[in-house]
Amino acid sequence: MPLDRHTIADWLRKATYVAEEVYSAPYRSAIARAKRDEDDLFMLMVFSEMMGVPNPASYYTLELQPLLLERFHDWHKRMGMEHSPLDHFKCC
Amino acid sequence: MSAIVLMLVGLGGLALGFIFYSKFIAEKIYQLDPDFKTPAHEFEDGVDYVPTNKFILWGHHFTSVAGAAPIVGPAVAVIWGWGPAFLWVILGTIFFAGVHDFGAIWASARNKAKSMGALTGDVVSARARSIFMIVIFLVLLMVNAVFAVVIAGLLISYPSAVLPVWGIILVALLIGQLIYRQKMNLMAVSIFGVIALYALIFIGPSVPLEMPSEVGFLSGTATWIIILFAYAFVASMLPVWVLLQPRDYINGIQLFIGLGVMYLAVLLLNPSMVAPMVNESVPEGTPSMIPLLFVTIACGAISGFHGLVSSGTTSKQLNKETDARFVGYFGAVGEGTLALAAIIAATAGFATLAEWESLYASFGAGGVGAFVEGGAYIISGGLGLSQEVSATLLAVMACLFAGTTMDTGVRLQRYIFQEWGQIYGIDWMKKNIPATVLAVGACMLLAFGAGGPDGDGGMLIWPLFGTTNQLLAGLTLLVISVMLVRLGRPMIYTLVPLVFLLVMTISALLVQLVDFYNDGNWFLLFLDVVVLVAAILVALECTSTLMRLRREAKTQES
Repeated sequence: MPLDRHTIADWLRKATYVAEEVYSAPYRSAIARAKRDEDDLFMLMVFSEMMGVPNPASYYTLELQPLLLERFHDWHKRMGMEHSPLDHFKCC
Repeated sequence: MSAIVLMLVGLGGLALGFIFYSKFIAEKIYQLDPDFKTPAHEFEDGVDYVPTNKFILWGHHFTSVAGAAPIVGPAVAVIWGWGPAFLWVILGTIFFAGVHDFGAIWASARNKAKSMGALTGDVVSARARSIFMIVIFLVLLMVNAVFAVVIAGLLISYPSAVLPVWGIILVALLIGQLIYRQKMNLMAVSIFGVIALYALIFIGPSVPLEMPSEVGFLSGTATWIIILFAYAFVASMLPVWVLLQPRDYINGIQLFIGLGVMYLAVLLLNPSMVAPMVNESVPEGTPSMIPLLFVTIACGAISGFHGLVSSGTTSKQLNKETDARFVGYFGAVGEGTLALAAIIAATAGFATLAEWESLYASFGAGGVGAFVEGGAYIISGGLGLSQEVSATLLAVMACLFAGTTMDTGVRLQRYIFQEWGQIYGIDWMKKNIPATVLAVGACMLLAFGAGGPDGDGGMLIWPLFGTTNQLLAGLTLLVISVMLVRLGRPMIYTLVPLVFLLVMTISALLVQLVDFYNDGNWFLLFLDVVVLVAAILVALECTSTLMRLRREAKTQES
């Protein structure tokens, strides 16, 4: 096989893939869990006003609510609430 | 005798074990099925369950199980001569460790990738699960204490290693930031990391940082032990991506480079075995070889800790069931080669027998220091590096392996305390800081309790650490045996190692019990009794389970 630029580039791509797998795979779940914890806290901040916790940034977080609605159901389940805790809209 | 001969015989034996024995176990005993849907496919989620290429998976598995323990154990055990240590490492790897590690992956993959602790509960009994948890707690306690003592000893003996050992922590912190914040290419970062590591090692000898022999009312060793636990306290609280992940990665690279350098140097220098094959004149106070050899070398021959890695993480990423043979058995073979390198370094790397004997003046005295001295002699002779740089290279390697294990160990210990807080409803124990304080405090108590206020004698707990590690392996072997019996397959290949381990650990504990009593070492006597109780519980559990299985088989027949 001639050693041209493409084979070297190809080889480098493969090596990078292997290195990335070696680097990230053992810690994937620990990092995903940590990220989820942070996201959960963020959800609480965004929806705090609706649960009676005053939030000085509610003017901004209100805009985020529709964007985060998709995750809302999983979040309240994870937080130990069987059904949506909000009065105005129910997701389940 | 030439060290090359020993090296080739050892590596050849391991290769034959992998080619023939593991094939037999895979086909006839575990009966691996290439069409079996592994948990990685069944529950694929991109996070925990990810089908992974078998070579990459082997890389993770090997680097997670290989650490400082397969270096320290053999280096201590060659006090009885290189012959016994060599045989136990090679035969142990082939017939014990390989079957155990491979079996743990298989057992877990066949049970929805559950962890070994959970499996013990499901397959054996809820009581066995509790014993498993107690043994894990003891293993973690001892591993953290003993590794702090090992690193402190190395940093005192090799001031040239101080700068690289602590400097690499800064490099790792930087790598973590570059990867996650700057999204830099990993290959570039890897090259930077390796260059930084070896640059630090080359600079080390010119900048020796010596710890004064007395710091206030503390000895130098004690000061290092306290600093190391302070480090472990902080490091174990950081998110994994900040420090642990890049450190682990650098260690992985270092492991391969270190192994390559050692074996290449042995080939080029061809040293002869200076130490005797069987040491007839062991120093006074050395315990009898049987049974102590089998607990002094745990990692490198068989180690229960591998079962935790196999069942917790590796089994969730297994692409095909048939990969388990390569990942598990060859992972154990990898660790065997590290232990073999340690044996060769600690017995062949000396000019005269008198020099070797002066290092092994008492039991536990040679150990990792002899590995560094002997290894440095071989590397400097074989590759032409200076003696100082070679010694720094090996001291740093051992320190970094042990340091990462401490970080992980303290983290796991914290989880255990937090779980207790949850089980018993103790609110403050569920929080990170108090739980870490408890974890570090318990390990420090052990390090100083066993080693005295100067912390010098901490290596005395090494055989006890090996014992608990073997008990853990015994429990895993029990789980595999029970599964095999229920499937109607022969259990002799796991039962013989299990019985051997139980006999050796219990007799080692009894021998040590008498020794500690004679020395008036009440702290270690107490610890020995605790481990002995756990060992007897494990033995009883094994007996009752096997009796139950026989009854089950009989009722089925009738």
